Amino acid sequence: MSKKKIVILVLVPFVLLLISLALGRYTIPPVTVCKAFLAKVFPIAHTWSDQVDNVLFQVRLPRAILALLIGGGLSICGASFQGIFKNPLVSPDILGVSAAAGFGAAMAIWLAGTSVNTLSVQASAFVFGILAVFMAYNISRVYKTTPTVILVLSGVIVGALFSAFTSAIKLVADPLNKLPAITFWLMGSLATASWNKVLTASIPILIGVIGLLSVRWRINLLSLGDDEARALGVRTEFMKRFVIACATLITAASVCVSGVIGWVGLVMPHVSRMLFGPDHKVLLPVSIATGASFLLIVDVVARCATAIEIPLGILTTVVGVPFFAYLLRRTKGGWK
Amino acid sequence: MAEVSLTGGSFSYGDKQVFEGVNMGVSSGEVFCILGPNGCGKTTLLRCLGGSLRLREGIVHLDKVDLSNMKPEEIARKISFIFQEHETPFPYSVMEIVCMGRAPHLSIFGSPSSRDRKIAEEALGMVGMLHLRDKPYTQISGGERQLVLIARTLAQQPEIIMMDEPTSHLDFKNQIVVLQIINKLAEKGIAIMMTSHYPDHALLFSSQVALMKKGNFLDVGKPADVMTDESLTEVYDMEVSVVSIENSDNGQNLKLCVPKLNEKP
Repeated sequence: MSKKKIVILVLVPFVLLLISLALGRYTIPPVTVCKAFLAKVFPIAHTWSDQVDNVLFQVRLPRAILALLIGGGLSICGASFQGIFKNPLVSPDILGVSAAAGFGAAMAIWLAGTSVNTLSVQASAFVFGILAVFMAYNISRVYKTTPTVILVLSGVIVGALFSAFTSAIKLVADPLNKLPAITFWLMGSLATASWNKVLTASIPILIGVIGLLSVRWRINLLSLGDDEARALGVRTEFMKRFVIACATLITAASVCVSGVIGWVGLVMPHVSRMLFGPDHKVLLPVSIATGASFLLIVDVVARCATAIEIPLGILTTVVGVPFFAYLLRRTKGGWK
Repeated sequence: MAEVSLTGGSFSYGDKQVFEGVNMGVSSGEVFCILGPNGCGKTTLLRCLGGSLRLREGIVHLDKVDLSNMKPEEIARKISFIFQEHETPFPYSVMEIVCMGRAPHLSIFGSPSSRDRKIAEEALGMVGMLHLRDKPYTQISGGERQLVLIARTLAQQPEIIMMDEPTSHLDFKNQIVVLQIINKLAEKGIAIMMTSHYPDHALLFSSQVALMKKGNFLDVGKPADVMTDESLTEVYDMEVSVVSIENSDNGQNLKLCVPKLNEKP
C-alpha cells in the first residue's frame, strides 16, 4: 500500500472527528473547536464560554471517540470473520454475541430496582456475549475440529435461543419504565457516552484489535479452507480460536456500551475490499478506518437530523441495507 | 535425499475402514502414482501421508522421523499438498496466492518479505505463469489455476509434493503440460506422490505405480511390470488391455490402456 493511501486512511477519521465536534444542536465554530483543543496544551486566551468546553470535552468528544472505537472495532471483526469463515456474508454477531449480550442487558435492566446501574448492565451484557460464543464454539466441535458450516449454524441457534429469552423478558417486564429502557438499549445508541464508557470499552477493544492486526496475514491462509491452511503449516484450530476470541472481546465490549449496532461489521469490510483488494494484511487496517468513519458520520446524523435522537441500530440499517443491495447488484455476487 | 514411507498403515472414519495394512515408500526423484476406482481410499491415504489425517495404526516416516511427532510447520516445510478442489470466495491476486506458499517459513505474526516475493515470482516463472501475477485468481482458467497452485507449492520449497488428481478437470493439452512439469520437478530431486484416474498418465509419466482397490494395494512396482491386462481388469472391474503403439513420427514406443468394448450397446 502506498504511503499516500496510508496518510489518507489516518487523516479521514481524524478530520471527521474535528468536524463532528463542531456539529450538533449547540453549534460550535470549527475554529473555536481547534482553539479549545490547543488551549489544553498551550496558554491561549479563553474567549469562549465554559459551556463550550463542557459540551466539547464532556459530551461530544467521548461520544465521538466511542463511535470511532466501536465502528472500527466492529468493522475489523467483520473483516476477520468473513475471512476465517470464507464467507463474505458473515457479520461479527454471527456466533450469537449480540443476541446474548442483548439478553444480558435486558435481564440486568429487568432485575434491577428503580434505578438501573449502568455498570451492572454492561457487565451482564459482556459476560453473556462471551458465554454465547463459548457455547457456539463447543457445540460445533467434532473430531477435535470446528467445521465452518457447523460453527456458523451453532452460532445461529445460540443467537436464536438468546433472542427468545430476550423476548420472554420483554413480555414480563414492567411496560411503563422497564420495557422502554430495554427496547431502547436493544436499538443501540451512543447517547449516554461518557469518559467512563470510553475507558470500559477501549481496553478490551484495543486488546482485540491488536490481536487481530498481529495475525492478519494468516487470515488469508485460513480463508483458503482448513485443509489448505493445514497443509501450509497453519495450526487452524488455534488460529480460529484466537481470531474468534479477539473478535468476541471487541464485539462484546462494543455491544455492552452501545447496544446492538448492526451492519457496520457486515458492510464496511466490503467497502474496504472494493477500495483496497481482498488481502487481509491491508484489508484489516483499512476496515478500521472505514468502519470508524462510517459510524462517526452515522452518529452525527443520529443526534443532529431530528429533534429526538434516532437510535443508531435503526440508522445503520437504513443506510446499510440500500448500500448492500447496491453492492449485490453491482458485483452480481462476485465480491470484487 | 528426501523420503516418505508408510509401514502397516490403517485408517478408518469411525467404524468405516478406509484402508488397512498398507506399506509403501517414495523418495527423491520418483513419481509415485496411485491408481484405483472412486472411493478406494487413494485420497485418504495421501492425506495420512501428508499428516492432515491421523493413522489408526502404523507409522509414517518422513526422512526417518515419525511424522506424528512433527509440528505442522515442520511438516509443511518438507511436504506440500495440492488438493483436488480448491475454492476461495475472495479474489486474491495470483501473486498473493503464490506468496501464501511461504507460510511455513514465516512466523505466526509475519507476512511475506521482498525476498519471499522474489521466491514466489521465480516459482511463477518456472510454471510459465508470470504474466498472470496481478490477475484475480478467481478469474483465470482451470488449467492456469492448477499451474498457479504448482507455483505456490514450489514457493513452499518442499522436498515432497503430494497431488490429488492433478489432471482432473483439465483439457487434453493442460493435462500433459501439468504432467511434464511434474516430471521436471522429479528430475530436480523432488519426490512426487499423486493419485490419478488416468492409467495412461501412470504409464507415461510415473516411475512407480500402486494399484489400489477397496483399501488395499494389489500391487506396487514399475508401471511396465505392474500394469497388465489382468491387474487393471481386476482393479477397475472392467475388461482393460494394455496396448503398445508406435508413434510413426519419431519411432517412439508408447503403452496405452484401452477398455475392451465387447458388448455392442
